[in-house]
Amino acid sequence: MRIDEQAPDEIGGLPPAAPRSSDTEAIREMEPVARSQFELVFRRFLRHKMAVFSVFLLLAITVLCLSASWIAPFGENQQELLNFNQKPDAEHWFGTDEVGRDVLSRILYGGQISLKIGVAVALLSTAVGTLLGAIAGYFGGWIDNALMRLTDLFLVVPSIAVLAIALRKFGNKDITIILILAAVFWMVIARVVRGQVLSIKEKEYVEAARASGASNTRIIARHILPNVIGPIVVNATLAVAAAIITESTLSFLGFGVQPPQTSWGNMLARGRSYIDADAAHLVYFPGLAILITVLAINFIGDGLRDAFDPQSKH
Amino acid sequence: MTPGLSAVGTTLRLQMLTFVVRRVAYSIPVLIVASFLLFCIVRVTFDPTANLRQSRDVNAVQRERDRLGLDDPLVIQYTNWAGDFVTGDWGESDRTREDVFPMIRRALWVTMQLIFWGIAISALIAIAVGVYSAVRQYSIPDYIFTGIAFIAVAMPPFWFGLMAIKWLAVEPQQAWNLDDPPFYFVGLHSATGDSGFLDYARHLVLPVMTLTVQIVASWTRYQRASMLDSLSSDYVRTARAKGVPRRKVIFKHGLRNALIPLVTVMAVDIGLLFGGLIITETIFSIPGMGRLFFDSLQRGDAPVLAAWVVVTAAFVIAFNLVADTLYAWLDPRIRLG
Repeated sequence: MRIDEQAPDEIGGLPPAAPRSSDTEAIREMEPVARSQFELVFRRFLRHKMAVFSVFLLLAITVLCLSASWIAPFGENQQELLNFNQKPDAEHWFGTDEVGRDVLSRILYGGQISLKIGVAVALLSTAVGTLLGAIAGYFGGWIDNALMRLTDLFLVVPSIAVLAIALRKFGNKDITIILILAAVFWMVIARVVRGQVLSIKEKEYVEAARASGASNTRIIARHILPNVIGPIVVNATLAVAAAIITESTLSFLGFGVQPPQTSWGNMLARGRSYIDADAAHLVYFPGLAILITVLAINFIGDGLRDAFDPQSKH
Repeated sequence: MTPGLSAVGTTLRLQMLTFVVRRVAYSIPVLIVASFLLFCIVRVTFDPTANLRQSRDVNAVQRERDRLGLDDPLVIQYTNWAGDFVTGDWGESDRTREDVFPMIRRALWVTMQLIFWGIAISALIAIAVGVYSAVRQYSIPDYIFTGIAFIAVAMPPFWFGLMAIKWLAVEPQQAWNLDDPPFYFVGLHSATGDSGFLDYARHLVLPVMTLTVQIVASWTRYQRASMLDSLSSDYVRTARAKGVPRRKVIFKHGLRNALIPLVTVMAVDIGLLFGGLIITETIFSIPGMGRLFFDSLQRGDAPVLAAWVVVTAAFVIAFNLVADTLYAWLDPRIRLG
């Protein structure tokens, strides 16, 4: 940051001339170190203990799920027909389901889909939302109007209803689910970016850039986007969590990921019938998987928010 | 009353009236555009002649298409449909052959009960917990409430519903050897036996909890934040310095102003609540709007779905209108702006 770089002269009032060599060490210790914005954000993030812990937790979950084909004790759809609805034991840590499949293995395989959908939806909707939000906020006019009316519309109709209708129409392949979720999710990010851009484009440094002849593209890319990167990153993180919950809800209702593919949501949909039988573990473990993953992502989002905006006391 | 005060009252009433009229006028085009788009989505998604395709009569499909006017341009179809809609002719369900209007009316009545209790109880909890957490910021209960809120937001609502059935209905019934579970999880009334308020309440507890768990958590966080803002404001410090009793400072000066932001959030979350109904009513077999949507979507019942999305949109718009009016009444800067 600029202020840090200039700080020695302003704070210490030291003359720019080279000090005597014997003093150099002492002065260097007093001298504030120049840090890039990234470094500052990173250091502030490290102070948020839960967020740092969550990063490791999420990494562990991701690695475990991605290596399911090597580490899962059983196959995704491998059945032991005589050993169904088995409670957790030494062989099946999380028990077996109604057709004798190992729940732990299925959670690992299901996690691949849930995480993939979550991350893909977040990336896609962030890219589209940032682009359109920045254009709408910067240029205003009919694009801005169209964006605002469109988002108004989605405040009026429950998005889960629109998603369910769309999924029923277009099928439930992974890529379709991702595209359809992203088609709804980008609007949140677009609204956030638009709001930020609207306030930043009135700032003096943008005016200065314009006065010195910078093009619109340059102003957006060099002056505006770097200043809205914080809210974008935070919202993208939270979008991963929201997409995972939405996917699981749609799969639970039967409109999302279909068997034989496994997702945490459709495991719960099947386990639901056994909640009052003696097989509640079919509902506990997939639900806990969603809860822990989403909780970790939300903590990371929280940590990022504090790191990017140290003044915020939400 | 002094003449001056009554003049202020008249201006306020006039301002509020202008505000409401302006807001209603703005809502109507929103509703028309929304209903048109939704109508188109439903129309292109579902084929009302799907179950005639197996018919041996090769002309059956075309006859039905002509009868329903499916080959007309979408705008014409929409105008015809909207014309019937406003006169109360909402068509008949492909699934049950029943008129759509009474179906929706029945479902809406059930749903309104859930929404009413949901909003009332969520608002009470959010305000109570939010104010407590703000007044005793960083106390142990504040940390506990924060933790609970984080978990509640991260939990898929349908999973919470299943857990609630397990731990508040099934398990206690088995543990204490009861004839009935302490809270029911099917429908809103018992089919037989007593049907008093207690029975109704025992049916409502779990669905309302499931419906509101996420919004209670987020409203609580919101209320806590806005209460903290308001407690650190100058007018609260002034009131304290004047020696106004602590209780009065918190509730009259602090809480009153801290309620305004909550009203906005509540309005925005109504749409979310209608989405939550689809899950809640499906889990608890409640014959409301959510369940109606789920059943109609599974069977591709286009007439019901078209009416459903438009009625839902109208309700959300109406709720927003009420919230905006309340907001304008609380905050003069809005109604004048």
